[in-house]
Amino acid sequence: MRRELGWWGLILPAFLLMTLVYLVPIGQVLVISVTEPRLGLGNYERLWTSGSVQRVILTTLRIGGLTTLIALLLGYALAYKVAMSPPNRRRWWLLAVLVPLWISVLVRAFAWVTLLRREGLVNEALLAGGLIDTPLRMVWNEFGIVVGMVHYMVPYAVLPMLASMGEVDPRLLAAARGLGAGRTESFLRVFLPLSLPGVIAAGVLVFIFSLGFYITPALLGGGRTLMAAEWIKLQITDLLRWGLGAMLATVLVVAILATLALFSRVVNLRRLFGAGA
Amino acid sequence: MGGYRPGWLNSTVAWVTALFLLLPVAVVVPVSFTDQRFLSLPKHTLSLQHYTALFGSEAWRGAILQSFGIALASTALAVVAGTLCAIGCWRIGRRSTELVRALMLLPIIIPTIVYAVGLYRSFALAGLLDSFLGVVLAHGVTGIPYVVVTVSTALAAFDGRLEQAARGMGASLGQTLRWVILPRIMPGIVSGAIFAFIHSWDELVIVLFIASRNVFTLPRKIWDGINENLDPSMAAVAVLLVVATVLLLLADLALRRRREGH
Repeated sequence: MRRELGWWGLILPAFLLMTLVYLVPIGQVLVISVTEPRLGLGNYERLWTSGSVQRVILTTLRIGGLTTLIALLLGYALAYKVAMSPPNRRRWWLLAVLVPLWISVLVRAFAWVTLLRREGLVNEALLAGGLIDTPLRMVWNEFGIVVGMVHYMVPYAVLPMLASMGEVDPRLLAAARGLGAGRTESFLRVFLPLSLPGVIAAGVLVFIFSLGFYITPALLGGGRTLMAAEWIKLQITDLLRWGLGAMLATVLVVAILATLALFSRVVNLRRLFGAGA
Repeated sequence: MGGYRPGWLNSTVAWVTALFLLLPVAVVVPVSFTDQRFLSLPKHTLSLQHYTALFGSEAWRGAILQSFGIALASTALAVVAGTLCAIGCWRIGRRSTELVRALMLLPIIIPTIVYAVGLYRSFALAGLLDSFLGVVLAHGVTGIPYVVVTVSTALAAFDGRLEQAARGMGASLGQTLRWVILPRIMPGIVSGAIFAFIHSWDELVIVLFIASRNVFTLPRKIWDGINENLDPSMAAVAVLLVVATVLLLLADLALRRRREGH
């Protein structure tokens, strides 16, 4: 028992830090949401009565859903290619996923601004090529947000799908082909169903990350299309409506934890980050 | 997977996606060498003027140094706390530490904006706003998950009987850690340190809330740059950051290969 105590002692520093410097501030948000400007659930009432709150939630869900869908489609194709490549080439494909994953999100948003803005490289190329007469508006709107977010999320979509594809027994595919199934049929009826857990895990992960995303929507949205995180920041730092901002923050956390709990059987976050990190 | 190859459609989409991921970042490289005064591709010649401007600027140098100091200190914090915690959880067993493990993952799951809002209030009470210590604490705590995950992965491959043998022969907890466990899981610890470092080095949302004048990190400077003046020196910073990240990742990859080679 005394020995056991020693091992618990190892956990103690992290536990204390996490409690005091992480959980207490998170708890503070919850408290603010029901105490400011006055005690009660008045802030939560806004979920039903305020058009602007509802608009933010809808925008967040719409952009999050769209991002998830596109990231899953692109990510599946990429993961499939990686999984099917011979080991020496697989390493390079994997690097193409991991390098963007770890490159600063600010740098990536900056790169997209450079490319997509009015006098950006894409518009210049299109104008010079005579394909368009007036510059396209590709950034500081919802289009820009989705492009930037998909770019950020594809690597997160690839990793869980890749892990799940790695568990599919390749002999099953050979067997399907041997029994007369065509390429498309053996993919659709054998491989796709077997890799589905990875697709769901990836979908959940990308969706919950999208919901609370701040930097990319703020930089590429140009302040006109507000997602939840930016709206929260605006309420608190510009309008000083702490209670309202904390309310949406709490709703965000509850929505994310509920989604995770719902899918806890398929989504193994620990394994996912073990693979990604 | 012998005899089964993806079709042309899959290959095309995979290539397009890979290019979509890599090209935008790659485009920043030629832009940083532009001879123009605004963001564009080089017209007549390649120029290093934006790099010299960058290194000549007191503000950028200060931001880089501050970010580096904060990242080092918070990585040390995350590595010590995270490694010890992972070892403790591993030794005590899955059942009783499940809650602790879940707790350690929260900073990855909960949006940073939520944490930053709460932290602003807590730090205002504790007098830690706009202080080096405050940012180090916040980055350190949110870096713990990366260390816990990589060290736990390394521990999963470690033979627990070695530890029992050491204890059985009279080694103290400290001796067992120092001479038996830590050397074996060192690659996992270094991986965790690399990711905790990148995490702090890149972190912006927390800094936007809890720092203003005294603490002014590189991401904060870049953020202001993108919002206020989009000039080519931003591209030069971006290139430096990308190069640093790629080097760190390659170091991690080499480390992994060595670990697998054992």
